[in-house]
Amino acid sequence: MDIRRRNNVRITGAAQGPVVMLAHGFGCDQNMWRLVEPALAEHHRVVTFDYVGSGGSDLSAWTEERYSSLHGYARDVVEVCEELDLRDAVFVGHSVSAMVGVLAAEAAPGRIGAMAMVAPSPCYVDEEGYRGGFTREDIGELLDSLESNYLGWSSAMAPVIMGNPERPELGQELTNSFCATDPDIARVFARTTFLSDSREDLARVKVPTLVMECSEDVIAPREVGAYVHGAIPGSRLVTLDATGHCPQLSAPEATARALLDFLRNLQ
Amino acid sequence: MSRTGEGPDSSRGNGGRAHTHAAFSALLEDSAEELYESAPCGYLSTLMDGTIAKINTTLLNWLGLDREDVVGRRRFVDLLTVGGKLYHETHFAPLLRMQGELRGIALEMRTAQGARLAVLVSSAVKYGSEGDPLLIRTTVFDASDRRAYEEELLRRRQEAEHARAEAEAARRQAEADRQRLADALAVLQRSLLPETLPRLPGIETAVYYHTASPDRLGGDFYDLFPLGDGRWAFFLGDVCGKGPEAASLTSLTRHTLRTAAHHDPTPVTALTTLNTVLHERYSASGDPRYCTVVYGILEPGRDGGPATVQLASGGHPPALVLRADGGVDLLSTPGGLLVGVLPSAPVVTAGTTLAPGDTLLLYTDGLTEARTGPTRASLYGEDALYGFVAAQAPTTAQELVTALTALLKGFGEGLDDDTALLALGVPGIPAHPLPVSDDPR
Repeated sequence: MDIRRRNNVRITGAAQGPVVMLAHGFGCDQNMWRLVEPALAEHHRVVTFDYVGSGGSDLSAWTEERYSSLHGYARDVVEVCEELDLRDAVFVGHSVSAMVGVLAAEAAPGRIGAMAMVAPSPCYVDEEGYRGGFTREDIGELLDSLESNYLGWSSAMAPVIMGNPERPELGQELTNSFCATDPDIARVFARTTFLSDSREDLARVKVPTLVMECSEDVIAPREVGAYVHGAIPGSRLVTLDATGHCPQLSAPEATARALLDFLRNLQ
Repeated sequence: MSRTGEGPDSSRGNGGRAHTHAAFSALLEDSAEELYESAPCGYLSTLMDGTIAKINTTLLNWLGLDREDVVGRRRFVDLLTVGGKLYHETHFAPLLRMQGELRGIALEMRTAQGARLAVLVSSAVKYGSEGDPLLIRTTVFDASDRRAYEEELLRRRQEAEHARAEAEAARRQAEADRQRLADALAVLQRSLLPETLPRLPGIETAVYYHTASPDRLGGDFYDLFPLGDGRWAFFLGDVCGKGPEAASLTSLTRHTLRTAAHHDPTPVTALTTLNTVLHERYSASGDPRYCTVVYGILEPGRDGGPATVQLASGGHPPALVLRADGGVDLLSTPGGLLVGVLPSAPVVTAGTTLAPGDTLLLYTDGLTEARTGPTRASLYGEDALYGFVAAQAPTTAQELVTALTALLKGFGEGLDDDTALLALGVPGIPAHPLPVSDDPR
């Protein structure tokens, strides 16, 4: 199994610099990091990848069983770390990837030396004594949205979904491609993302951790950011002046600044 | 839009055209604001953080909202259902940031009354002179009907997939059933015939077997087995019917004959026992079943000498003997009756010796009743068989069966009945002289 090809691993930046691994969340792929990557790459070795089932990953490696649990995604992270023989890498996880990072750091001690969580949420669904922001019915609505965008998307995305190795330029020309994925795979990822409960995992985080929340985020509201910060011993909380769930796109400078500040303090 | 060189003067003197022109101008002058507000689609413009800066009347009416409650107070995501919000944040917003525009995304909006409005949304980012994003322009189309149509398509597609999956499961099941049946039939088939013929001292043997039924269950049978005292019993026959029904009778016949042979191998006794068993088994049921059969005992000669053959027949075509000198003898057993029809049946016996170079052939009527024309009016027949066999003599058991197999193959579709051949031969001394140049054949 060629892990680099399977997870579409890309390595940029300073070859001898400390390693920063950027992990995308549900929805799109490693292109999410395009706007913050240059700032990080100046002094760091930047590793980006796609989870199996997303972006340019090898869809044939996807199985519903493995990717119906966050542990399956964590195995992707661990396997990429092992493939590149990373030690003490700084794992930057967006959204659900923050919780994937928690599992990966626990599964492979020594590979991940610190974590930055971008707009994390350990549990999206409201539970007794906890407000995640959504009900189970809300998550069902999201699944319907995925479904109803299926017709329009699948025709435009078909060459990407089918894979078109002999004509790679097709994939480049298509718009929307970096958020495109097989609808069956997207449904499994959505369900896994939004119905997981990782709250108990947070107390076991042993590496230095930065929690980055956005000032206005309908997916991970500020009280969730405060919860994550409170649950991870010794973590730091930064509130980015950013609207939406993707500060690395809506406020790339502020996001990069906060990350670089965290990275500097680690050394 | 005005064409140069065609000033206002040119329309003077034509009242009708002037009137149309004036009405057209009035419409155009009125249109900019009016078109925006009352367009048949929704318009809104937001700041980059999604705060609504401008929204048209059409969209406000669709949503049942007042302008002052929306402009500057709400963001685009606030107008969406929860599922729409999640989709917007995980797909729509990132794509718009990366690409600058998005077209035809299906979302659901929430009206003031709480109803859902299915819409198709297109958005484009407006950039400043420095390439910095300034605002997002969005158009919203009511897609209720289209969404209903798409949902119908989706539903049909899911139904089709479901049906396809069911068909595939049924096909797998049928394939498994077919395989299981084939396995069962193979086991049954093995109970009808010996898997291989035993090796007899000083005797060459050859067989051919063909079933007309596709499940490979036949009504013809043969066997060859030792009696334990240096002699060998053999038989070949044909039960009435074809397929599984015939096969069950075949099995009974074969095992009855084998058992009878071990009790008393004398040909007449063995066939009489078979007659009794078949008659007893089937006559009471009102569905009489019977067979024709040749049963014999062979005693190989010592040191390659002649073998002796005693046989009995119940209604079966005569055995043929191809002599070493090229002649053909019929081992005629006239008067024998079908076995199993009557409580006691006459059995006719015959005997011969097989000298070196002689070959005994037993066959079933599938051979002689093979069609040589389009209908059963033209059959191969016994005379043709005798002629064919005479042309082969002298020969060996294997060569004879090989020649007859080629003959049968030539009948193609005409071979429409079960067919069995059994040949027993005493090799010549020497088995085969080296071919000479003036071979008379």
